[in-house]
Parts: sequence; C-alpha cells; structure tokens
Amino acid sequence: MSDSATRILAGLLEARTGQQLGLSRRWRIETALQPLMRERSIASLDQLAGSLVGGREPALAEKAVEALLNNETFFYRDRPAFDLLLGPVLSRLERARAGEKRIAIWCAGCSTGQEAYSIAMRIAEQKARWAGWTIDILGSDVSRAAIERASSGHYSQFEVQRGLSVLQMMRWFAQQPGTWRISSEIQRLVRFRVHSLIEPPPEPGRFDLILCRNVMLYFAEPTRRLVFSRLAEAAAEDAVLMLGAGETVIGQTEAFAPDPEARGLYVRTGKSAARFAAAS
Amino acid sequence: MKSCLVVDDSKVIRKVARHILETLHFVVDEAEDGREALSRCEANMPDVVLLDWNMPVMGGMEFLRTLRRADYETQPKVVFCTTENDAAHIRAAIDAGADEYVMKPFDRDTLESKLQIVGVA
Repeated sequence: MSDSATRILAGLLEARTGQQLGLSRRWRIETALQPLMRERSIASLDQLAGSLVGGREPALAEKAVEALLNNETFFYRDRPAFDLLLGPVLSRLERARAGEKRIAIWCAGCSTGQEAYSIAMRIAEQKARWAGWTIDILGSDVSRAAIERASSGHYSQFEVQRGLSVLQMMRWFAQQPGTWRISSEIQRLVRFRVHSLIEPPPEPGRFDLILCRNVMLYFAEPTRRLVFSRLAEAAAEDAVLMLGAGETVIGQTEAFAPDPEARGLYVRTGKSAARFAAAS
Repeated sequence: MKSCLVVDDSKVIRKVARHILETLHFVVDEAEDGREALSRCEANMPDVVLLDWNMPVMGGMEFLRTLRRADYETQPKVVFCTTENDAAHIRAAIDAGADEYVMKPFDRDTLESKLQIVGVA
C-alpha cells in the first residue's frame, strides 16, 4: 500500500467523520477494507484509493468509511462507571426532575447500540420507580450500518453475552436461529439515528445525560474541541457527561467540569464552549 | 488475590482460561473433570469455579448439584463455560445453582464482566 493511498483513505475518513486514522490504526486499513475490495473486485488499496479520488463513487466512499470505523462496544462496558451513572447520578437527576418527570439521555457515538440498550434494560428493571416518567433514550452514530444493526436489535452469541449477566440475557433476549433478539419492551425505549458529532446536535439543550465514550480519542484536538462544544449545545444546564475511561474534558473545554460527587463524570458548567469551538 | 478453579477436560481451554484469569490477578488451579474438581474444592475451596458442561468421569451438572448439596462452610461462585449454547441448557444450569454462564467462544472482556457480575473481580 502506498503512502498516497493511505493519505487518501485517512483524508476521506477525517472529512466524513472528523476521525483521524492515527499511526496506531493504520496497520488495520487493509484488513478492514478487504471485504469491500472482494465485493467490488478491487485488486489493491491503491486501486481503491484511485476509485475514491474525485468523489465519483459516493456509495463506495461511504462503504470505505464504514469499514474504517471502529465499532467496538459491549453491554455495560466499564461496569463500575455504569453503576455510578445509573446509581447515584441517576438518583440525583431523578430528584432534580421530580416535577416534570422527564429525563432525556443521548448515547452519542453509540455504535451498534449496546450502551443505549444497557440503560434501557436498567430502566425497565425498575418499572415501579419510573412509572409516570418519560425516559427518552437516543442513540446516534455516524455509521449507517451500525445504526441499522442497533435498530434491528439482533446480536450474535458472542455479542449478547459481552457485559450482560445471564439473567438479563435470558430476560431481555430471545434466542433465534443464529441470533439473539432484544425484546420489544426494551427496543421501544430507545430510538436511533445517524448523526455525525461534528454536526450540530440533534436536539439542542435537551439532554440530561450524555454518554460519549471512546469516541474523542479518534479526534484531533481542534475537532475534539468542536465536538465538546456540540455536546455542550445538546446538554441541559445541569447535564452530566460520561466519557470513556482515559478520556477527559480537562484542557479541552470549559463547558464541562469534573462532577464533584461522581468521579470520572462531568457536569455542564454553564460556561460557553465558544472559545474552544472558535479555535477549530 | 481471589482464586479460581478451572474445570475442563480440554488442556487448551484450561490454558487459555488460566492466561486470562492470571491477567485479572487470580490464583488459578485446574481440574480435568468434576470428580477431581470436588477433591480440589474439599482441599481448598476457591472463590469461583469456571466449569465446562461435558467432561468424562463426572460432568459439569453432576459436579454442580453435588457441590450445592454438600455442607461446606463456604460455597464458591460457579460460572458455566461451555459450548452448550441454547436457552434450555442455560436455564437448567441456573436452576442447578450456577451463578453465571459463558458461551464459548468468549474473550477477556466477557469473562471479566461475568466475574464482576458474580462479585469476585
């Protein structure tokens, strides 16, 4: 694979999603694109890159970008952090929203949906607690294929047990030939849409909890600042933000600050993200 | 450190499980079948047992029923780890006293989360 082909593919990914194909991910370009190349009878990455130059094949470009995205996720990923979010933090939010009885949650960059469904299962398991409430869970991702899979609610045997207890698996999934299908009760609690985090947020000012996990690490610093400003636009004034392990807001944005009551989570500060966004 | 007894007649599976468990800071012991596993439990009760279904001499279900009936001072958590992947087998294992169930193949994240769920990791 030539440097030129690598640059073309990396440039395409960054232009469409804001994500960088850092040196640590470049080794997997060929593996990731092999199925697409086989499907289209393309002999080499150089030939693929040549076909993408000039934008004459938008469908091919979309599929190449899809293949380069990392869709790794699983149920209750980083369980202690999830327990904190769905335990004391959700209780605090419950008290704050006791009047309107409405909580909106955004899983930004949700991949194939396991994170959004993890929250939905926890809500469904506390039926009496949430009676009379509207809990709105939105999952979004830049990958159309990931969102289609998330919406379908079908998971492989390998996927369905990753992070999920056997009791939850048996309660909320039905085994079908070659797949496990999530129950309609859980599926009804979540809606999905295709959305790029570098674009304006889907519903500004609306979300009380925002999960954006293991996404920021793929962005260059100016894009990361822009994305934080988008998340801030989406957040209610006292919203809580959950990032992936190892990700932080520190030095990236003033719109969120460490939550003094929940280590590893962040709260909306009320400060504008504009100064950081302007840098992009 | 927590201890785990890996019960499987496949040496390869025991080796893979041992490797993952050691990276999760478990002290690992091994048994080739249910009968050997019972002896190990009597000598030194582990915190958790990772248990295969089909084994010669004594299978996983017979081991589990015997273990749960026995009057030990403490009972370990039991995580089935098997290629028996249909819902009927899973229900039978839970009814017999299994705490968790892992379907092969699995990876480190899966096993770690199951061990967290049963409270030993």
